[in-house]
Amino acid sequence: MNIILIGLNHNTAPVEIREKLALNGCGPAEAYHEIKTLSSLRECIYFSTCNRVEFLATTEAVDRAVKDIKAFLAAQRGLPPALFERCLYIHQAEKTVRHLFRVASSLDSMVVGEPQILGQLKEAFRAAVDHRATGAILNKLMHKSFSVAKRVRSETGIASHAVSVGYAAVELARKIFGELEGREVLLIGAGEMAELAAEHLLNHGVSRITAANRTLDRALALARRWGGRAAALEEIPALLAEVDIVISSTGAPELVVTAAAVRSVLRARKHRPLFFVDIAVPRDVDPDVNRLDNVYLYDIDDLRGVIEENRAARAEEALRAERIVEEETIKFLGWLHTLEVVPTIVAMKEKVERIRRAELDKTLARMGPLPPDQVQALEVMTEALTRKILHDPISFIKRAGRREKKDFYLDLTRRVFNLDAEPSASGEPNGQENDE
Amino acid sequence: MSEPLVRWLALGLYGLSLAGFLVFLVRRNQKAGLTAHRLIGLGFLFQSLSWLIRTIGLGQLPVLNLGEALGFFGWCLVGVYLILYRRFRLLVLGAFLSPLAVAAVLAGLIFPGKPLIVGPVYRSLWLTFHLGAVFAGYGFFALAFVIGVMYLIQERQIKSRRPGPVYHRLPSLNVLDQINYYCLAVGFPLMTLGIVSGALYAQAALGRYWRWDPKEVWSLILWLVYAALLHQRLTVGWRGRRAAVMSIIGFSILCFTFLGVSLLLPGYHSFESLQRLQTP
Repeated sequence: MNIILIGLNHNTAPVEIREKLALNGCGPAEAYHEIKTLSSLRECIYFSTCNRVEFLATTEAVDRAVKDIKAFLAAQRGLPPALFERCLYIHQAEKTVRHLFRVASSLDSMVVGEPQILGQLKEAFRAAVDHRATGAILNKLMHKSFSVAKRVRSETGIASHAVSVGYAAVELARKIFGELEGREVLLIGAGEMAELAAEHLLNHGVSRITAANRTLDRALALARRWGGRAAALEEIPALLAEVDIVISSTGAPELVVTAAAVRSVLRARKHRPLFFVDIAVPRDVDPDVNRLDNVYLYDIDDLRGVIEENRAARAEEALRAERIVEEETIKFLGWLHTLEVVPTIVAMKEKVERIRRAELDKTLARMGPLPPDQVQALEVMTEALTRKILHDPISFIKRAGRREKKDFYLDLTRRVFNLDAEPSASGEPNGQENDE
Repeated sequence: MSEPLVRWLALGLYGLSLAGFLVFLVRRNQKAGLTAHRLIGLGFLFQSLSWLIRTIGLGQLPVLNLGEALGFFGWCLVGVYLILYRRFRLLVLGAFLSPLAVAAVLAGLIFPGKPLIVGPVYRSLWLTFHLGAVFAGYGFFALAFVIGVMYLIQERQIKSRRPGPVYHRLPSLNVLDQINYYCLAVGFPLMTLGIVSGALYAQAALGRYWRWDPKEVWSLILWLVYAALLHQRLTVGWRGRRAAVMSIIGFSILCFTFLGVSLLLPGYHSFESLQRLQTP
């Protein structure tokens, strides 16, 4: 049994090709219906996001499976295979496992550490399970990839540093205010980055946004969008006494907020902290406000600097994450290996022989010295006993080796005979007291 | 098990927890942090046991010489940390506090303390209460100091606009400020109780409420400093940086009151005379 992965991602394929191959057009029902007619595939899952299209499958015949999947992709989207073939990567065995773990842990993402991919994988897995396209191996592999991702998230800081202006602003606000519940935001001017930052803050619990703008219409439109209030630029000095976070992004050539204006409200604010995010170029907020106690100012270059450092920090954490992935890959391959028929039969025989030996020695010791022919007779009798008991299970899994659900039966057998337990526990059966 | 062994055991646990907190801080290892927290809690239990044994033996809290006083101060620090942890769940605080606790307890163990002979005048529940309240107050003020230092570091990180690795590990300014306030709000009444109970006991045992001895004068100064800080905070909103700086100034006066006055300036509170003063 082989695990293979065929796909392309943002590193191997330009967006023009990715968008053509993305399978989000047709529902998973149709796709899996088609996929299940491919006789070369045992199990299959596909993921399709804006950055990647990947097929994960188990198969007996790798070459045929690869060919089938390529043909399926081409047929689905009505594309000549030559168009995307160059962009495909094909992984087998160990590489497949490692690749999947890296994808789930967001090490293969465009922005390393962004957590969306895990949700997308879970969704894809649910769809595959719903359409009965997976079996023992892929189920285990997918579950394992989720737990690897969780381990990476909790044991490394890979996702804990903001790498966009909006999130960097939220992170800073949270380092100043703690929880953002109940805090108020003043948005001066407009613009994509400023609005995004305001929205992030709103998602993190900020209670109200006030939009101030040169044209009141624009202010009203923004206020309506967030259920906030609108204000004119002249009201800013008064508003400074109330709000906690100010995001400024106007096209004004001169300062919109002066240090004097801020200083004059500090007492009225009872020295509550005030955080300025100045996204505008030229700048809106007097750089001197950063010198005031309990007032903090970040302009666009400061935020970019923070992001730059966070990226570096993420890259460093990614190295630690790779080690975790490596460790888990080796563990998973170990499990996979046990699913071969022969090792399972050997393990069963060994275990039963161990038990026979131990029990026989115990009995012989208790009976005192016996003539050799009697010892011989006991040996023969117990050997025959164990051989006959094992005969049916062994022929069952030999037959299972040719069945479609081989992995399931092997896994089940290993569990029934408790073959994967720690060596110390496996030799001695638990029912000692029943011997008496 | 003999009693000094218990004290050394407690110190060993504090030392281990200090190491754990360092791993937690440097390697961001949450498990190491939790282990360190448990170790410091266990150390606290052992140290408490040692105080219990000696208090029962002497019939009085044995904090009448420098070594014992330092050890008791260390115990209060850890105790206050454990109280704050229950409320704020802040492991980082342990990382900043454990060095202080280890230093205090270690100093307490190596400073030669004269054997304690406790005269009947000290066998009083009032005195135990006086000492307990003063030291608990010290504990909270010391934590306010630690928090103040953390605040200044974090504020510097944010103000510099180039926040480094420390920035990610320290909690938000607001949380630090809240803990600072909490420490003041609990420490100040304790300190007040300590001074009042001391005065009442002095009247009962020695015939005078207040003698203006150096310890009393400096305690009064200390009390006034914290009273001013608390007052300004509640009325004008002295928070953040100013509160942090004031907590640090307050703590340096505290150190002088605690160590300097007791060692350098003569008075009936000094450890020397505490030993001599066995009968009124």
